[in-house]
Amino acid sequence: MSQRALILGIGNVLWADEGFGVRCVETLAENWAFDANVQILDGGTQGLYLLPFLEEADILLVFDAIDYGLPAGTMKVIEGDDVPAFMGAKKMSLHQTGFQDVIATAQLMGYCPQTLILIGCQPEELEDYGGGLRDIVAARIEPAIAIALRKLRELGIHARPGQGDARLLADASILRSAYERGRPSEDAACRTGDDRFFPAAD
Amino acid sequence: MTITPNGFDLDNTGQRIVVDPVTRIEGHMRCEVNVDDEGIIRNAVSTGTMWRGLEVILKGRDPRDAWAFTERICGVCTGTHALTSVRAVEDALGITIPENANSIRNMMQLNLQIHDHIVHFYHLHALDWVNPINALRADPKATSELQQAVSPSHPLSSPGYFRDVQNRLKQFVESGQLGLFKNGYWDNPAYLLPPEADLMATTHYLEALDLQKEIVKIHTIFGGKNPHPNWLVGGVPCPINVHSTGAVGAINMERLNLVSSIIDKCIDFNKNVYLPDVVAIGGFYKNWLYGGGLSSQCVMAYGDIPENANDYSAANMHLPRGAITNGDLTTVHDVDVRDPEQIQEFVDHSWYEYGEPGKGLHPWDGVTEANFELGANTKGTRTNIEEIDEAAKYSWIKAPRWRGNPMEVGPLARYIVGYASGHEDITEQVNGLLTTMDLPVDALFSTLGRTAARALESEYCGRLQKQFFDKLVTNIKNGDESTANIAKWDPSTWPAEAKGVGMSEAPRGALGHWVRIKDGRIENYQCVVPTTWNGSPRDSQGNIGAFEAALMNTKMERPEEPVEILRTLHSFDPCLACSTHVMSPDGDELTTVKVR
Repeated sequence: MSQRALILGIGNVLWADEGFGVRCVETLAENWAFDANVQILDGGTQGLYLLPFLEEADILLVFDAIDYGLPAGTMKVIEGDDVPAFMGAKKMSLHQTGFQDVIATAQLMGYCPQTLILIGCQPEELEDYGGGLRDIVAARIEPAIAIALRKLRELGIHARPGQGDARLLADASILRSAYERGRPSEDAACRTGDDRFFPAAD
Repeated sequence: MTITPNGFDLDNTGQRIVVDPVTRIEGHMRCEVNVDDEGIIRNAVSTGTMWRGLEVILKGRDPRDAWAFTERICGVCTGTHALTSVRAVEDALGITIPENANSIRNMMQLNLQIHDHIVHFYHLHALDWVNPINALRADPKATSELQQAVSPSHPLSSPGYFRDVQNRLKQFVESGQLGLFKNGYWDNPAYLLPPEADLMATTHYLEALDLQKEIVKIHTIFGGKNPHPNWLVGGVPCPINVHSTGAVGAINMERLNLVSSIIDKCIDFNKNVYLPDVVAIGGFYKNWLYGGGLSSQCVMAYGDIPENANDYSAANMHLPRGAITNGDLTTVHDVDVRDPEQIQEFVDHSWYEYGEPGKGLHPWDGVTEANFELGANTKGTRTNIEEIDEAAKYSWIKAPRWRGNPMEVGPLARYIVGYASGHEDITEQVNGLLTTMDLPVDALFSTLGRTAARALESEYCGRLQKQFFDKLVTNIKNGDESTANIAKWDPSTWPAEAKGVGMSEAPRGALGHWVRIKDGRIENYQCVVPTTWNGSPRDSQGNIGAFEAALMNTKMERPEEPVEILRTLHSFDPCLACSTHVMSPDGDELTTVKVR
């Protein structure tokens, strides 16, 4: 029986490069189709809501923006037991249920996927509420997808060129192009904030 | 010493304790308190440490899309923001929805309440009362006897079952994955349960994890997907087709049967597990009745779950609407969210600017202009605040007031309003619980009261959900399959300018979205969320907010271990929804607790 895979993008599209993971799965589904044993999911910043998807997967491949303290746009692939340690460190999502806790919960319940792969990209800008991906991070979407397709191929999961299943992705109004095109001008909407989150505003 | 207009004696001379960030909540929040020589909290300061400004992203957008954006501001109550958003836009444009859409929206909203309340209690709040490490010392046989005593009809109660769970827990803890249970203060004397009660509750922590996966299927069925279900201005986006297998995603009998079975599971869990646990755990903490804060004085609810579509009057709501002030339970005031004199937001102690001190603005006229400045008595620097100066601006949360009063919102507020206005189901539930626990009505005004109200509400919402399921099925059987009204979908049918308001009762309290539409686009959008009410800083009169009030006069066992602070703050289920999450490899961000 073929293995079941969950391809998951996480992050908040409203916070600039934080949206990297979600934009990756969006682009993936625009260009690549899989068999029914593969699910492509926009996980947003959700926590426990993602558990049922983990339960039904043998392979979990996650795209996410990760602050490794490296130069912006640097990509890093993490696998296996190292994945949880890299996730959810700054817990700002579902009631502090960072994705690390989602994995820990799945482990506690005995249904965590056996194969874990995390494809991360160092963000350039996070503190820009309402902003889109910066160029350097946007340019990593295709390379990240290429890595994902290779990793999946090694596990016996093959993609076909064409429109993939987008049913578990974002509503059209907040897909990347509509979201970034529709942003109000700086004059129209105040964008400054807390020094600790918007150091540039000082 | 200062006495606030709302009656609290503030004394900031004692030892200052800073908790930053407060964990197991949504978003970022900081809390500072002063304790006296006895460890009693004599001053409390709550700070929202994160900027939010939805208007920044919604200005100029299509109002029919606003729900999809608002769904992303929060990692939890996605659906409730979306619901409130479509209600605001429908109100502005005079769009009515079909009865089926009302029933389905109610079921989605009730489902969210039940999901959120259960997850909140077991996965976020229980650890303030329950010690999972202590559960490893429990005798499984005695645990089984306890389970059968507190809930005779719960089927999972054998000694073997509890032994299995205990072994699983042991393995988990021994593997060093304390993960979910780390950062606890497990040897603090504030924990009072015997090991058997700890094991029982921890076991239900696991059962609740299984159940919550089932609960969300209702969102998937009616919203097309979950997380981030779909919504629609004018109704709901799921077509009904019960006479054939229908199009992909259409609601058919098979799906309705699944919904019905999930509703039944929730009803059983509330009855056999959640409520008995609250009674059993609460019984051990009956003498810990701190944390009432504003609940005995000023509470407010907008009401929700309309019986008939398009009627948002108080009389048509299953979850009650009303405001109580000055602790006068004999008078329940109606709340008009359109009246510019009733709801106003103040920013004298918030990092915003209106141009003149003491000014309040109704959300339709809301302004979000940041002004981050710290008071003269702040200790530390702008980017590393050691101690905040609450005499000046000190929070990113505005201070909303109802006719000038700070209000508590949430399940306890809803239940007090319901109780005071003679709501039949709520009164019966409350009286039943007080009798079972042998407590007076005053016991409601406490941290535990908040926690108990949430459990009662979960049970009530389960019954309501069944009611609306039956209503939907009856309507469909009578031949009405309509789920959307698209008569005014086209912007050319809209007036040049319009304004509207959407209200709902989110799991954590009264939620409002106010929208102004101009030439088919959003001109201004303001959300006043429950945590804006509860987490509000002081206002120009010096009134403290609900979090601050609830912390006052609480005794801390060990000031350096803020178990009591977390207990009370968690009882509000705070949501400072900004939900960005950034991952870094430098280990876990631990809460720092500083005692000065």
